[in-house]
Amino acid sequence: MAAEALGWWGVPLGILAGTLRGSVPFLFVSLGECLTEKSGKINLGLEGTLLMGAMSAYAIAYLASGVVGPALAPWLGVLVAGIAGMGLGAIHGWLSQQPRVNDVATGIAMIIFGGGLANFLGKPFIQPQAPQLPTLNAGAWSSVPQVQSALQISPLFLLGVAVVPLMSWFFKSTRWGLYVRAVGDSPESAKAMGISIFKVRMASIVMGSFLAGIGGASLSLYYPGVWTERISSGQGLMAVALVIFARWQPWQCLWASLLFGGAQALGPAFQSVGINAYYYLFNAAPYLLTLVIMILTCSPKQTLAGAPGALGKED
Amino acid sequence: MMSTQSWRRSLEAVVIPAGAVLGALVIFGIFCALAGANPFAVYGSIYKAAFGSWSAWQNTLLRASPLMLTALCTALPARLGLVIIGNEGALVIGALAATVTGLGLGTALPGFWVMVAMALVAIVAGGLWIMAVGALRHYRGVNETISSLLMNYIAIALLNHLVQGPMRDPSFVTKPSSFEIVQSAWLGNLPTTRIHYGLIYGVIACILAYVLMQRTTFGFAARTAGGNVRAARMAGLPVGKLTLAICFLGGSCAGLAGMVEIAAVQRRLNESIVSNYGYAGILVAFVSRHNPLAMVLVSVLLGGILASGGILQRSHGLPDATVMVFQGIVFLCVLFSDSLYGRFPIFQDRPARISTGSSVSA
Repeated sequence: MAAEALGWWGVPLGILAGTLRGSVPFLFVSLGECLTEKSGKINLGLEGTLLMGAMSAYAIAYLASGVVGPALAPWLGVLVAGIAGMGLGAIHGWLSQQPRVNDVATGIAMIIFGGGLANFLGKPFIQPQAPQLPTLNAGAWSSVPQVQSALQISPLFLLGVAVVPLMSWFFKSTRWGLYVRAVGDSPESAKAMGISIFKVRMASIVMGSFLAGIGGASLSLYYPGVWTERISSGQGLMAVALVIFARWQPWQCLWASLLFGGAQALGPAFQSVGINAYYYLFNAAPYLLTLVIMILTCSPKQTLAGAPGALGKED
Repeated sequence: MMSTQSWRRSLEAVVIPAGAVLGALVIFGIFCALAGANPFAVYGSIYKAAFGSWSAWQNTLLRASPLMLTALCTALPARLGLVIIGNEGALVIGALAATVTGLGLGTALPGFWVMVAMALVAIVAGGLWIMAVGALRHYRGVNETISSLLMNYIAIALLNHLVQGPMRDPSFVTKPSSFEIVQSAWLGNLPTTRIHYGLIYGVIACILAYVLMQRTTFGFAARTAGGNVRAARMAGLPVGKLTLAICFLGGSCAGLAGMVEIAAVQRRLNESIVSNYGYAGILVAFVSRHNPLAMVLVSVLLGGILASGGILQRSHGLPDATVMVFQGIVFLCVLFSDSLYGRFPIFQDRPARISTGSSVSA
């Protein structure tokens, strides 16, 4: 292994590489959850959406590569992953807005249903190799192979980063963004303005699930780049905590995603320099980090600054 | 509230969940048909594999017993208005604590007492695990659903760390595992069956939970606090202590489930302990509307569905995730059915009261 030649430099390099790779699904899922929660609903089911997105992207990329060629097929997969996410989002959006139906419980049900459906349909695609998304080699200037491989940036990462200012602008400066915020903060006044709460929340949840589906596609078509039944490993749920940490701000979702992507890379980075003893404990780092952040930022006395007013309340 | 219901309301409480399960069966049938299997043959196979013979019944009951225990981990805190989904983590921690105790005591005590110690330590460990979630909720305002879920992953990471390293039995090569519990401390089977005593534990725990919540002042206080925290505080109820106690009890049940799985089924600790009994327990709790007695029945039904996973694969060529899809459909249908309470005039005492349907708590 050439990693030994790098010595301890392998650790920060590994973390950098892991941050760029691992933050992509976090970014998409947290932006999707951010949009959903801005409208006043929680979608825990994004975990299932992520799995469904990963599976459908992989399956479509594999099946379509013979038809449209291996260059275009993964992009078709990304699109279908988003659409599959929208389908699950529509179920969640409709069901969680029925009277007396709790959105958290619906989310748990959607995790089981979405995950089950992904595993059901994805069974034949565990073995075959699907064409992967291309990467941009930002590390071509370096002669060190580790630097080159660390700086292989996914176009999905850039796409996600591009969504951030777009969503920020959407919330701040557009009429539709105002509708979403009004419905999330004060459904009563939104109703008085003549806005359909049902439609706005439905649209927010469906679009949020579209983003989460793309996040799933990044798992199976970029990193780790395979389809397995446990590929999402709770990232869809951590998005909910991540959005709290990000105070429902798209820009902060980006920083939070980078932080979480980095935390996830700790175990593999230390393993690359031969420290294996605590590999599994390092794998718990993102979850511990989320928990610690929540303990530090939450308060029993008041609701959090930036929290949509109607979040978690019964209609 | 339950006791003052008229027979019409009681009928509603039976017909609506039953209708939801029936609706789920129909949707699942359509799903199977789309997947290229004959839905009626699938129903038949599920029935045969779940309840078709004494042997099938034993398989079903074996799977039902951990479900009863893990479901309590969600159902008890739910009476306080908390949505806790840390069942899997508490089960893992219970299994871990039981294994450490069992291996630590070894043959220092008679087998029976080793088993008792394992159970007690598992109960306390699982209880403290979920109590921490309750404490974070009460004292720091941390969302209990998310914290309990994160703790599942932390528990599984801890399990993996220990069985891959410090606790690993190097002579056992199939998969990284701990050493085996001494045979004298294994949990036995009910006479003439393959069903272990865990089933009895599950049934007793559900009955105790029912009595505790419905027939004691403690349960009344918890339900009051669950209905309206502010009113409960005004009435002088110690909401914080109630939260901690209920969470401890819920977690201890899941912890006991972990001990039962170790002492009766697995015998040694490894990743197989993470077998989705925790998540299925959440489903049981919601389907039975957090009523512990209904949970016994629902656990048996779901145990049957879980037991039929193998035959769906062998006889119908459906992947094993079919069972998970079915669970998801049942869960979604049951949640939808919650919105139907009070909508059917036939279940109302006086038709004029239809508009007050929102007084039926979800």
